[in-house]
Amino acid sequence: MADLIQYLIIVPLAAAFLIPLFAKKARWLCQVLAQAGVLIITALSFAIALYVKDGLTLIYNVGRWPVPTGISLVVDSLSAFMLVISNFVMLVIVLYSNSYIKKYSDTWKHYSLLMMVVSGVNGVLVTGDIFNLYVFLEIASIAVYALFAFGLRKESFEAAFKYAVMSTVASTFVLLGIAVLYSYVSTLNMAGIASALTAKEQSGSVIKFVTVLFLMGFGLKAALVPFHSWLPDAYSESPATVPAISSGILIKVLGVYTLGRILFNVFGMQPAVSHILLALAVMSMVLGGIMAFGQTNVRRLLGYSSISQIGYIFLALGVGTKLALVGGLFHILNHSISKSLLFLNVGLVEDHPDMAKKPVNAFTALAGAMSICGVPPTGGFWSKLIIIIACIEAGHIALAFIAVVVSIFTIAYYFRALTPVLFSQGKAAEARPGAKGMPFSMGFAVILLAVISVASGVVLMPNAANALLTGAVNILIGGTGYASAAMGALR
Amino acid sequence: MIQKGMSVIVKTVTKITLGFILLYAVYISLNGHTGPGGGFAGGVIVALSFVHIMLVFGKEMALKRLRSYVLRGLTCAGALIFLYAATVKFSGGCVPFGAFLEKSVSCRLFNSEITLPFCEMLIIGAGLFAIFVALVLLSKSDRYDSE
Amino acid sequence: MVTYILCLMLFCVGLYCVLRKRNLIKIIIGIGIMGYAVNLFIILAGYRAQSRAPIYANDQIVARMVDPLPQAMVMTSIVLELSVTLILIAIAIRIYEKYGTFDITKINKLKG
Repeated sequence: MADLIQYLIIVPLAAAFLIPLFAKKARWLCQVLAQAGVLIITALSFAIALYVKDGLTLIYNVGRWPVPTGISLVVDSLSAFMLVISNFVMLVIVLYSNSYIKKYSDTWKHYSLLMMVVSGVNGVLVTGDIFNLYVFLEIASIAVYALFAFGLRKESFEAAFKYAVMSTVASTFVLLGIAVLYSYVSTLNMAGIASALTAKEQSGSVIKFVTVLFLMGFGLKAALVPFHSWLPDAYSESPATVPAISSGILIKVLGVYTLGRILFNVFGMQPAVSHILLALAVMSMVLGGIMAFGQTNVRRLLGYSSISQIGYIFLALGVGTKLALVGGLFHILNHSISKSLLFLNVGLVEDHPDMAKKPVNAFTALAGAMSICGVPPTGGFWSKLIIIIACIEAGHIALAFIAVVVSIFTIAYYFRALTPVLFSQGKAAEARPGAKGMPFSMGFAVILLAVISVASGVVLMPNAANALLTGAVNILIGGTGYASAAMGALR
Repeated sequence: MIQKGMSVIVKTVTKITLGFILLYAVYISLNGHTGPGGGFAGGVIVALSFVHIMLVFGKEMALKRLRSYVLRGLTCAGALIFLYAATVKFSGGCVPFGAFLEKSVSCRLFNSEITLPFCEMLIIGAGLFAIFVALVLLSKSDRYDSE
Repeated sequence: MVTYILCLMLFCVGLYCVLRKRNLIKIIIGIGIMGYAVNLFIILAGYRAQSRAPIYANDQIVARMVDPLPQAMVMTSIVLELSVTLILIAIAIRIYEKYGTFDITKINKLKG
């Protein structure tokens, strides 16, 4: 099983380089290659998740070099949880883009860049080496710079340049942090760093410095509030699949997963760091909610809503109890599904204005919005409830109060955004001349995501998914026990 | 303009030296395993030789020979061979034809010492020249890529 | 120690250039300078006093050599920076085409 981990990176890379070879000859082949590549890795990540859900740790040594010399790929429950979410969302988005992307020229570039993003994201999730993590982070980021500029409009170039500059500076901070860390512990393996830090007597100031660098770097990728300004701009002018990927996958994987993995498992969570996380989380929640109110563009509104919801996830990470982490990881799942669903709805309406009030669009958008607002039967309700209860349990009454208030805010601005779609009496917009109605794949994609976003509360009942979630939480709770798990599986 | 590109002296010298430049690029990229050099440096020399052709013979002449899909194909083929060779090495022969490549003596040429620098030269050479072409032509016309 | 301080100053020069300059090309140059400073820092982190390059050959005995791993890291990060710079330049050229200027105060279609 461990030998299969490498194919999570190899398959999308191979697809990314095969697609340009068929670019002009066979357009359908590009779609088929992309779809097949994502399908393979989704199946693979589900298989790996089923295998590791009981707390196993899979290790693969690249090139058969043993760990202090070579790079290791480590998959535990946390990686598998994120792998399943990101690859499934990507599968649905590729399915959707088969008909969505037709209005652009050079569609093969879109598919090729998507596959690059997938390989970068999977690489970040499976790697056990901190410099390798930086390399995959850059691969995913560079592909996304190009994707944000894909609209070829004035505004999209501006937004892409803004994001590219900010994100590159953030990556440079991450690289500086890695360099400082390497000069301190003389190893790049994350498990090795964790055990070296526990062995050292005094590691306070260096770790504080590196933590701040990582908070800046990964915090920008996660769009936490002082570093958030790229996100609404970048989302407002690009093909609708790109914000769906960015909001559904990238800010979770490149920001939340990396910070969680490094702060919890490599450094061991310090109380001071968790206070910083709580402060950033509250700022993100409140400012994202307030800014979303003033928006007239629905894409920017959804962008600010993403910032607000990322605040909830970091709130859970900052509280750091077992219940809070269950809520936080579950909220990652809910927000990935619902927010990508809403962006796909936006793309659907922009393409087919006559579809806005049809049930297939209106009800799926309602399901997504309900899940993000936290209306009871949906998954988002349970995750927010768990986070708020965990805050009260840990004694943070004020934080729980803020979370509730922001949740009410969320309902208010989503209600404002959805009212014209659902309740206005006006005539439905005219279909574009020559439009042939909604393609099957787009409708299927949004319905699939809507069903999951409503029914994802099932994860909390005892079953395989729940075992995976609990395993992921145990990895985070275990702290630097990650080192012994990753090292122990080697022997 | 009657004559494209530079004067006839420069063109003749370029024709003579071009083969040597490419040979030097191959030497550099194969030398990289034990000495200074490597696929990246060799690839940069290949790309510079293409740029050289473009400057001397004019843009149209160079682009007639090296269309964008040729460059794209070379880059992607190089990357794919690179990926395949790396996969053979990583998985210890657990890919199609992998065992054959690992074991047989006659296929030692497909070893990382020869293949990987050569592929890297291909990728970097074609890729950097493609980027150069893209940056040069970007301001002239949007539709270079869709011939 | 002086070397490290100079390296930090180089980093700050790059950061200042990114934050304060109004020309797109100067911002790209600033990003390049930041990258060079970090690369220099990584190389310095692997340096040991009076040691030589980590090239291993059959006929030589290397007693003290510098840490080879940072040099491999720098190779990788240089290539990544090259690709970032290229994509930034490509976007900057397209911006010039659309807006007719490199001045970021005039490129303000998007607000907040």
